[in-house]
Amino acid sequence: MENRASYRVAGKCLAITVWLIGLGVIASGSRRWLPSLASEHGAGIDVMIRFTMAAAGAMILTGHMVLGFFLWRFGSQNKISFRLASHRMERAWSVAAVLVMAVVAEGGVLVLGMPVWAKVFASAAPSSALTVEVTTEQFAWNVRYAGPDGKFGRTSPQLISLDNPLGVDPKDDSAKDDIVDLNIIHVVVNRPVKVRLRSKDVIHSFFLPNLRVKQDSMPGMTIDLWFVPNKTGTFELACAELCGFGHYEMRGILIVMTPEDFEKWLLEKKNG
Amino acid sequence: MAELANPVHQPSSFLRRYIFSQDHKVIGIQYLITAMFMGIVGGLLAMLMRIQLAWPGQNMPLLSKLFPDGMAGGVMKPEFYLSLITMHGTIMIFFVVSLALVGGFGNFLIPLQIGARDMAFPFLNMLSFWTIVPGCLIMMGSFFVEGGAAASGWTAYPPLSAVRSAVPGSNWGQTWWIVGMALFIISFTMGGLNFVTTILDQRTKGMSMMRMPLVVWALFIASVIGLLTFPALLAAAILLLFDRHFGTSFYLPSGLYFGNHLLPNKGGTPLLWQHLFWFLGHPEVYVLILPALGITLDLLPVFTRKPVFGYRMTIYCLYAIAILSMIVWGHHMYVSGMSPYVGEFFAIGTLSITLPSTIIGVNMIASLWGGSLRFPAPMLFVIGVIVFFGTGGFGGLFLGNATSDIQLHDTYFVVGHFHLMIGGITLLAAFAAVYYWFPKMFGRMMSDRLAKLHFWLTFPTFYALFLVMHYQGLAGMPRRYYAFDKYEFLSGMVKSQVHISLVAFVLGAAQFIFLFNFFWSIFRGAKAEPNPWNAATLEWTTASPPPHGNWGEELPEVHRWPYDYSVPGAASDCTPQTVPPGIAPVAM
Repeated sequence: MENRASYRVAGKCLAITVWLIGLGVIASGSRRWLPSLASEHGAGIDVMIRFTMAAAGAMILTGHMVLGFFLWRFGSQNKISFRLASHRMERAWSVAAVLVMAVVAEGGVLVLGMPVWAKVFASAAPSSALTVEVTTEQFAWNVRYAGPDGKFGRTSPQLISLDNPLGVDPKDDSAKDDIVDLNIIHVVVNRPVKVRLRSKDVIHSFFLPNLRVKQDSMPGMTIDLWFVPNKTGTFELACAELCGFGHYEMRGILIVMTPEDFEKWLLEKKNG
Repeated sequence: MAELANPVHQPSSFLRRYIFSQDHKVIGIQYLITAMFMGIVGGLLAMLMRIQLAWPGQNMPLLSKLFPDGMAGGVMKPEFYLSLITMHGTIMIFFVVSLALVGGFGNFLIPLQIGARDMAFPFLNMLSFWTIVPGCLIMMGSFFVEGGAAASGWTAYPPLSAVRSAVPGSNWGQTWWIVGMALFIISFTMGGLNFVTTILDQRTKGMSMMRMPLVVWALFIASVIGLLTFPALLAAAILLLFDRHFGTSFYLPSGLYFGNHLLPNKGGTPLLWQHLFWFLGHPEVYVLILPALGITLDLLPVFTRKPVFGYRMTIYCLYAIAILSMIVWGHHMYVSGMSPYVGEFFAIGTLSITLPSTIIGVNMIASLWGGSLRFPAPMLFVIGVIVFFGTGGFGGLFLGNATSDIQLHDTYFVVGHFHLMIGGITLLAAFAAVYYWFPKMFGRMMSDRLAKLHFWLTFPTFYALFLVMHYQGLAGMPRRYYAFDKYEFLSGMVKSQVHISLVAFVLGAAQFIFLFNFFWSIFRGAKAEPNPWNAATLEWTTASPPPHGNWGEELPEVHRWPYDYSVPGAASDCTPQTVPPGIAPVAM
């Protein structure tokens, strides 16, 4: 066949491209991409991600190598060397694919994934947790602590005004010692933090990239989540659910402090 | 199996023949060209997005003339950027890929490949196309209404999409979006009914279900999925329309506070929309991907000169994917606040889709084994599909898994993933299909040289663009951001935006090679031989382009499956489906 020579070249070009792609994926994927970790449960999420990266990386590499080899090898033959696979062989390859994916995908999620998921979402926060109420609005994070009495003052949407963005009921005694802040959350290192997430208008999402925390705030619902920050420092809080034109600049800050610094801050907050 | 005594006579007026045609081939080409036009629109929107992301706040006085509101003073407003992402997604998914693969090739191929004279309901077919046209016009027109086009993302989550003051695009733009989507769903419901009926009822003698080409199988199953799930979104969209205009509260809970006043709504929940939307939204990706895989599997034997590997197993996998696709929608909602126990169910269910998908992937690669490979342009795109399916598919392992999704949800990882899957696979398969079936459509060949240039400019750029986005997502970069300069943890990402945009411009520009090739070849392409690829499927046994009614007096009779290549003892390496067993042995 007159075109065979050109097919041979095309097959080899494609094969080399496919091999380079496979190697490129692995080379670029083995760089450190995840933001530095600053929470306890985040280690579990990172293990899950790294396991999947390793497994997917191995399969991507294998797949690209095999595909490239086929293109190289069979691009140069004029007649087929193998025609129809037996049903047995087809079944065997299917079973092999199923077994690999059952171990990697289902095994991964059942063994490595679900325990972490259950701990993050399906378990209650420890009683020692510091409770913070975060109420989202376009485009800010309203932060509230219960204060010394450990009780949040009652709120009602009817009471919301420019001076009272949360609609706190001034007649409620437990509201008197509540501490309110905007866009900055102060928490204590190694002490569990329980966030009561609410929203005033649209859906937002409470995303702490370094702490591997993400939870949508859903209007009409109060969603509890908890995590344990285990590094002191300042971390960024981003909105991860499209919430309007200011979505890209709805930035908050999480400050993880030592217990002493936190007490100092509380005191300042009360006096100031 | 319906058979007409006489072939149908072609209508003679230009209007009935090319505009309001009931001929499935004309309608298929109409869909295809509409998809190309919408593809240009959707692609240009993406280019505008890339300009903004690479050079935030750049002054573009020229564009302020086209969009005096969104680009006032030549600088893009954030809300206009949101309209761009919303309409890019909506147009590309529903008005480009769906139109090209399902509307275009579904219509063109099904009757030709099963030996029917036309679709079961030709008038309904025409109606479905002429329902989608106003849908396209409404979607594009929405850019010019008060507040601009919808800006709540292609997912249109309320309250953002339900409350007019939430974002400028939620003014009239969102209403137009709902109407456009409703027309799309109505059109595709009509089309789906037609496809399913035609495939079940109109097959020619000898064309058993297990002798159908895989692309027809894939379109059949995709149509069934579409029929079962699209109505959910139609219902959801009507409820959203009521919330927006008639004061109902399906998606709006009490206590919503916008622009210094309290909304009167009570009792709804935004989660209801998410469930209804994704009940369609997830199966929709399979409606798009299955035909793409079908095209790939159908072209592989032609360019390897041997049967496809695992025909039966692939069909079972298509069924499995169809069923599973309808019970995994919740994996888009892991961090939405739905019950974590439901999340566990969805994670395990979602990851089980990897099983049939991997089998199909293995079958595609194994189809190359031992073949005599040929590399005209369609085959290059077919190889591209296999590569994207491999890499893109493994991205799904991260997102289907609830635990890793906590970090990756709504980041660029998701953007990279779905662009490789429902963007890359579908586009590459559509290109492969156009290059391959163009001679059947117009009786002429497209330029192979230009097509190869198109491939080498499209495949590596597309891959690089969206692979990088996976890594950006791992680094936590959130999607749907107008700019990335407000955060320290994203500072490393800002510089790379320029490179990404430059690659995107190359990708965008390369598509004009395709468009030129397509329209030039309609008039100037080399005359095609009757069976230019030496293929065994039924459509190549009639003239190119086929006459009205597809076949002459007699419908063809089928004696074998569609992949009888290199049959031992046969005269040539391709035995068409119509060759009786006496002449060449039947394998299946």
